Amino acid sequence: MYRIVKKRLLAQGIALLEVEAAAVAAKVEPGQFVIVRVDEVGERIPLTVMDFNREKGTITIVVQDVGYSSAIITTMNEGDAFQDFVGPLGVASEIENFGTVVCIGGGLGIAPIHPIARGLKDAGNHVISVLGSRSADLLILEEEMRAVSNEVVIATNDGSAGVKGFVTDGLAKVLSEGHKVAAIWAIGPMVMMKAVVEYTRPLGIKTIVSMNPIMVDGTGMCGACRISVGNETKFACVDGPEFDGHLVDFDLAMKRLAFYKDEENRAKARLECHHEGGHH
Amino acid sequence: MAANKIPRHEMPCQDSKVRAHNFEEVALGYTKEMAVEEAQRCLQCKKPLCRTGCPVEVLIPDFIKQIAEENFEEASKVLKIKNSLPAVCGRVCPQESQCESKCILGIKGDPVAIGRLERFAADFGMKTKKAEMEKAEPSGKRVAIIGAGPSGLACAGDLAKAGHAVTIFEALHVAGGVLMYGIPQFRLPKDIVQTEIDTLKQMGVEILTNQVVGKVTSVDELMANGYDAVFIGTGAGLPYFMNIPGENLNGVYSANEFLTRTNLMKGYKFPDYATPVKVGKNVAVLGAGNVAMDSARTALRLGAENVYIIYRRSRDEMPARKEELEHAEEEGIQFRLLTNPVSIEGDERSWVKSLTCLRYELGEPDASGRRAPVPISGSEFEIEMDTVVVAIGQGPNPLVTTSTPGLELNKRGNIVADPETLMTSKPGVFAGGDIVTGAATVILAMGAGKKAAAGIDAYLKTK
Repeated sequence: MYRIVKKRLLAQGIALLEVEAAAVAAKVEPGQFVIVRVDEVGERIPLTVMDFNREKGTITIVVQDVGYSSAIITTMNEGDAFQDFVGPLGVASEIENFGTVVCIGGGLGIAPIHPIARGLKDAGNHVISVLGSRSADLLILEEEMRAVSNEVVIATNDGSAGVKGFVTDGLAKVLSEGHKVAAIWAIGPMVMMKAVVEYTRPLGIKTIVSMNPIMVDGTGMCGACRISVGNETKFACVDGPEFDGHLVDFDLAMKRLAFYKDEENRAKARLECHHEGGHH
Repeated sequence: MAANKIPRHEMPCQDSKVRAHNFEEVALGYTKEMAVEEAQRCLQCKKPLCRTGCPVEVLIPDFIKQIAEENFEEASKVLKIKNSLPAVCGRVCPQESQCESKCILGIKGDPVAIGRLERFAADFGMKTKKAEMEKAEPSGKRVAIIGAGPSGLACAGDLAKAGHAVTIFEALHVAGGVLMYGIPQFRLPKDIVQTEIDTLKQMGVEILTNQVVGKVTSVDELMANGYDAVFIGTGAGLPYFMNIPGENLNGVYSANEFLTRTNLMKGYKFPDYATPVKVGKNVAVLGAGNVAMDSARTALRLGAENVYIIYRRSRDEMPARKEELEHAEEEGIQFRLLTNPVSIEGDERSWVKSLTCLRYELGEPDASGRRAPVPISGSEFEIEMDTVVVAIGQGPNPLVTTSTPGLELNKRGNIVADPETLMTSKPGVFAGGDIVTGAATVILAMGAGKKAAAGIDAYLKTK
């Protein structure tokens, strides 16, 4: 069992969990992910890694209550344990000294961008982070991101913090300041990543995205996570999760994400029904 | 009545109309009376040819003799001498092309139902107390096995018997490999697999789940961390697709995904189990091997109305076991032979809508000796479809092989191993099963696991 040693609520419905998983913590690198299963009847859920501590043997994940399993995970507490916790999975980020880089995290995507930004900064890059959320109260990990960035730009849809608008507006601000940006990492909802790559495509700036499609095993065995990159089918679990964003077919990826929407809603409705005192 | 005059006992099965809608085991197993009578048909040949047809050389006449004499417990013990997973093999081995194909009774009539007797004896042994297995003195040697599928489990069983300390590293959250994720519950109940695995654990085999070798550790690291030998039995876990337009539409599954969701994750019990799996009204399964039959029969049980097997050759060339074909047909699976899909069409939401196929005819024999399917030009036709399952085979999963420098692979990415010892190009590292041969059967993988165990045992004695 993989015990939760620390839990912190980052915002409404968003929980940070530090989990004991020494073997994973010993090997994980920025950009990789884990798959967890809550209990015997649980799904295998891929989750990005927000942080790791090799000495303590822990992995920190951030989960938002958006679906059936994530709703269960966000209610887990310190001392609770995951039945299964597999990793590190996927290919690590290619981190080197590029010069100036921009790390864009949108919503929950700020969590996986955190170790990448830290890795890039440690490698000598000038790291400018652009953090986006719908509003100031949903903005997570700002302090942690400031600690691993040289500059931070915030964008909120309602203007309650930083630039009013989207992460692309935050990026526009960075670029307007005359930075020579060598590469961009963008992680967040598919629509956000798509918007970023469409923005950077005409500018010719290398833009790396991290794909989080539906997965089952996470080891290349089932092919559920296939996406189209440069008109070639790739398995996000073993070929990615990071890809050149300018080659990714986001429209297809978004449609594939919707495949189990009905089942997800059905399961979640049932879960909520259970929570309301067993009225079936 | 002379032994060879007793007719071969048919396997009692669930009625095809009933079973097409449940996940309970199709074959019900022999009663004691049936088993004894069937066992009495065995001629107890002095030179039993049946054994030469068995990849693990089960002591076939010996265990059958015990059944004939109603010593069922003893029969299960005799079985276990050569086969660490007999309840599995009694269910999924292609006996008709192995042991039973060599049976002398088969020349003029029906061979002894060796597989059904194996299942009977193994199940009997399971229900009573555990058959004790002889174990050698501890050797002080440690062996790491990568993959808890048929080859790894068979290898582990023999190594443990030989006194070595065995640890299995399994990537998934349960042991069993294809026995758990691939072969459906209705053909191989999962509690049977679990019981066989528990027996191995009782013998001292340690099984670590959630360990993706190639990521969390590596072959070289295992060798450096005190393992004296490593066996790689990672199987054929990389699904092939057809590379036709529309394969990434919603509703197209690899057979691996479709079966894994249903079997390993118990999607057929959704929402009690959280992993969904869905089929629409019309399901096409591309391919005609055992995995295709499993997928088709699974789709039927999940509620599909029309399930088609789409295959570009004819019935005679279908690679599935005859029994599986017959079971599928009885349940109402529809065969569209000499038919090959050329594209999958989707609706505005990118969900599968139809399948376009081309009709074929048989031409001259090809390199495989089978008559080559030749497309009939202008014969395209479209069938309405909601779900497509691609079951055209699997390749070697590269996670272990690409993380092991110095490991020789062939063109297809399979590991090259010495045919006798199964040692790879890396000293002390052995490999067997589908990762070496390409996708094959459970029993061939088990045979390889046992062969590797012998190779490893001999290697460890030289150290």
